[in-house]
Amino acid sequence: MIELSDVHKKFGSNRVLQGVDLVIPKATSMVIIGGSGTGKSVLLKSVLGLVRPDSGTITLDGQDVTTGDRDAFLARFGMLFQGGALFDSLRVWENVAFRLLRGERKLPKPQAREIAIEKLRRVGLKPETADQFPAELSGGMQKRVGLARAIAAEPEIIFFDEPTTGLDPIMSGVINDLIREIVTEMGATAMTITHDMTSVRAIADNVAMLHGGKIRWTGPVSELDATDDPYVQQFIHGRADGPIESVR
Amino acid sequence: MSVLSPVASIGRATLSLLASLGRIAIFAVQVVGHIFRPPFYPREFLSALMQIGWFSLPVVGMTALFTGGALALQIYAGGARYGAEAAVPSITAIGMVRELGPVLGGLMVAARVTSSIAAEIGTMKVTEQIDALVTLSTNPLKYLAVPRVVAAVLVMPILVAVGDSIGIAGGWLVGVNQLGFNSAAYLQNTVNFLEFWDVASGLVKGAAFGFIIALMGVFHGMNSGRGAQGVGAATKSAVVAASVLILAANFLLTRVFFTS
Repeated sequence: MIELSDVHKKFGSNRVLQGVDLVIPKATSMVIIGGSGTGKSVLLKSVLGLVRPDSGTITLDGQDVTTGDRDAFLARFGMLFQGGALFDSLRVWENVAFRLLRGERKLPKPQAREIAIEKLRRVGLKPETADQFPAELSGGMQKRVGLARAIAAEPEIIFFDEPTTGLDPIMSGVINDLIREIVTEMGATAMTITHDMTSVRAIADNVAMLHGGKIRWTGPVSELDATDDPYVQQFIHGRADGPIESVR
Repeated sequence: MSVLSPVASIGRATLSLLASLGRIAIFAVQVVGHIFRPPFYPREFLSALMQIGWFSLPVVGMTALFTGGALALQIYAGGARYGAEAAVPSITAIGMVRELGPVLGGLMVAARVTSSIAAEIGTMKVTEQIDALVTLSTNPLKYLAVPRVVAAVLVMPILVAVGDSIGIAGGWLVGVNQLGFNSAAYLQNTVNFLEFWDVASGLVKGAAFGFIIALMGVFHGMNSGRGAQGVGAATKSAVVAASVLILAANFLLTRVFFTS
């Protein structure tokens, strides 16, 4: 279980997180929604330790994420970055198998390559893609390679930052199904940031809306449409008028 | 505007400079600390060796060749005022191996390599590749900084040695073909005059400059601002810092090596 308690973070005078409280139960899929620039990515990165919160606590299974063995902690995570964040100098399969080729659980190259190709297939990419370089792929393909890399080592917890942005509707459906499958079949805990309401409904067990640096609303996805919170209603229906200012 | 405003500006600039130097010093200590601790990344190290060493050979060679030739012409012209034209081989050689070989080689490699490292790592930062390394349990300092710094320290003395040889050859070409020196006598004069420490001091300087070249590239790349402008600014800062530090280090090392 991941638990965030009264987490604050500011950059200069910009107070991005202003007391975030959130619980993500084990083996569930939490989707964070909210307008652009509300700090969703900062929240995700705070859990991973890529951003250090100014105050508040973040625990994983009861242990503060800032203490303990960092390598062991990170080994439990996989992350898909918004832009893919693939390493330009490595071939696609080497990107996917990056963790498998290094560290304590290092695998022989042929085995790591085999696993990489299998993960590429799961995200809808052909084996021929394996030997290409990231710059030779389209943005959507890079995103899927990033997803393959995130799941390659079968981590317990996976973070997805805008997993379907830049993908066509069919491929978005494939990725949504894959994320759902990872949670239900592998028992992984997932935390996803997305603006795509179709993805929210397909992926989420629970939804949290981040607004004004705080969790404005959180609950099961089944209650999302029924809530009378005007912020949530405006966001999920994409209305220009409402309490959320369109100029931010 | 207050009378003290210029003083405050100077104070702020001084504090900012000291803070930057402090950050660079801490970064350097961290990098050195990681050099001897596993994991090691031999593939990245070999790639850095090729990028910094092999691909810098043409620019270092051309720089040395023309510098050696120009130096011979200048020494001949200057020496003629005192009837000391015969000093061309010895002074060209000592000028190349002690000063011009390492310094010009260092500056040329800084222009080529420091900019490349800063731009590459800066781009990695703005495209979240460095964050991705962290989430993949890979320390960016070990993976990105250590291989480049170690490769630069090892390969720069070799580049300096090659540059020294080509620079002396440039002087010899001009001396023999334009200034009327006997070929064998020119070379004999060069060999007889040079001492071990003349050459070795240049190679030590090369290693120190290699450290500066790679460190500045990695440091400024990792501290790059956002977007293309941020990467551009980081690249510019890296080359300027590396060049200034090479010249400053050259002065300090020369003082240490030759004024006792």
